[in-house]
Amino acid sequence: MIISVQKSKEELLEILDGKERLFIVGCGACATVCKSGGEEEVFRMQEWLASLGKETTGTVIIDEACHIMRAGRDLRQLKAQVEAADALLVMACGAGVQSVSSNSDKRVLGALNSLFLGNIRRFGQYEEKCSLCGECILNETACICPVTNCAKGLLNGPCGGMEEGKCEADRELDCAWHLIYERLKKQNRKGVFARTVPPKNWGKVQKPGRHKIPG
Amino acid sequence: MSKLAEHLAAGRFVVTAEIAPPKGIDISRALSKARLMKGLAAVNVTDNQGANMRLSPLALSALLLREGIEPILQLTCRDRNRMALQSDLLGAAALGIENLLLLSGDHACFGDHPQARSVFDLDSIQLMAAVRGLCSGHDMAGKPLRGVPHFFAGAAVTPEAEPFELMFQKFAKKAQAGTAFFQTQAVYDVDKLTRFMDAANPLGKPVLLGVLLLKNARMAEFLNRSIPGVRIPARLVERLDAAVDPLEEGIAIAREMVEHARRLCQGVHLMTLGHEERIADILA
Repeated sequence: MIISVQKSKEELLEILDGKERLFIVGCGACATVCKSGGEEEVFRMQEWLASLGKETTGTVIIDEACHIMRAGRDLRQLKAQVEAADALLVMACGAGVQSVSSNSDKRVLGALNSLFLGNIRRFGQYEEKCSLCGECILNETACICPVTNCAKGLLNGPCGGMEEGKCEADRELDCAWHLIYERLKKQNRKGVFARTVPPKNWGKVQKPGRHKIPG
Repeated sequence: MSKLAEHLAAGRFVVTAEIAPPKGIDISRALSKARLMKGLAAVNVTDNQGANMRLSPLALSALLLREGIEPILQLTCRDRNRMALQSDLLGAAALGIENLLLLSGDHACFGDHPQARSVFDLDSIQLMAAVRGLCSGHDMAGKPLRGVPHFFAGAAVTPEAEPFELMFQKFAKKAQAGTAFFQTQAVYDVDKLTRFMDAANPLGKPVLLGVLLLKNARMAEFLNRSIPGVRIPARLVERLDAAVDPLEEGIAIAREMVEHARRLCQGVHLMTLGHEERIADILA
């Protein structure tokens, strides 16, 4: 899931400056689970805008705001409300914001900051485990990703800063390579330690990605 | 062949020390420190040490060569991608720099630019492989080089890091990747040093023991708190604390570690942090 948080009130005030009528877009997927852009947050945003003397021309929660065609369909169905607004305020991740902006020539304002692809422990407690790097090494690393969990993304073992199995960059955190080592040992295999991992092919995540997955 | 390589090949006990480039372009102090190290085999030039931005170690290394001082250019993976690393390496070779120390690099969060985007396109082992490639006439893309560099490339190791076996696996991978010599993080525990050297000796790579001059008990406590992989035993902190002249006591401790290195290792790497004039006393 994409973990997102709302921008600060100060930041929102700045982007809302001069915009008096807003159409609010929320997202029924990740931003709902993160409580950053679900129904409740959209409603609270509407109340806050009202307290600032701003008008909400309409709202919609798109099922998955990252779905470009669905975002377009939902906005077309509410055309009059969208047209009445000075701007669309989108409470979805960066992908959701751009689904909306690619379907409207109106000014689009993003209300959230997108943080990472996250696992959920419980509400408000997310863990970053995958960086979508395009070249997965998990099968060799006892399914603990060093690209994401090592502060330096090293591929051939811990750096010189590991101490008592803790990370140099944050002593509260376990060194990813220590976790990998311990789990591989439990599984009685060498895994990634059996070879020198060559430099990563970052070409696989060149921007912008043009991904057509053969069906 | 560099003096460092020659001395190690000849089995001589090798002494290196290090200087940090200045923040700014006034290199006079760095050069005068380096001149105090002229009798040593080589002088490390640190690369944005502790993730603090300073003058390029490539530039300072070239300036040392002009002074007749042999540099060991430190190169971290934190600030450069594979193109910049290879490009700097070729530049270093063209300037006559042969000795390298290849490092991952301290995390940017420790330094004065914590908002910087760290690179880590390569890790230190992959960088070692890239250096070997350059020395055999091709870059990482497999393209041939016109004019092939020659390097004597070392790497770092933290002998006291725990778990030992995990640290040692990385050390062995570095050795296998073609590391010509190792310089260690400072070690003060002789038992741990002995354990490490017993395991390291069969790999046949020269190890220069890191000897960091302790100036007083406060510094020792700070290192214990803040520097990963450095452990100063309570016994030594007490010695520094009780000493009438803590610096003299620190020099005595450093001298003892050098003596252990003469028995166990192939050399020492001295970190004297402003007391370069005492190097002769540490080696006495």
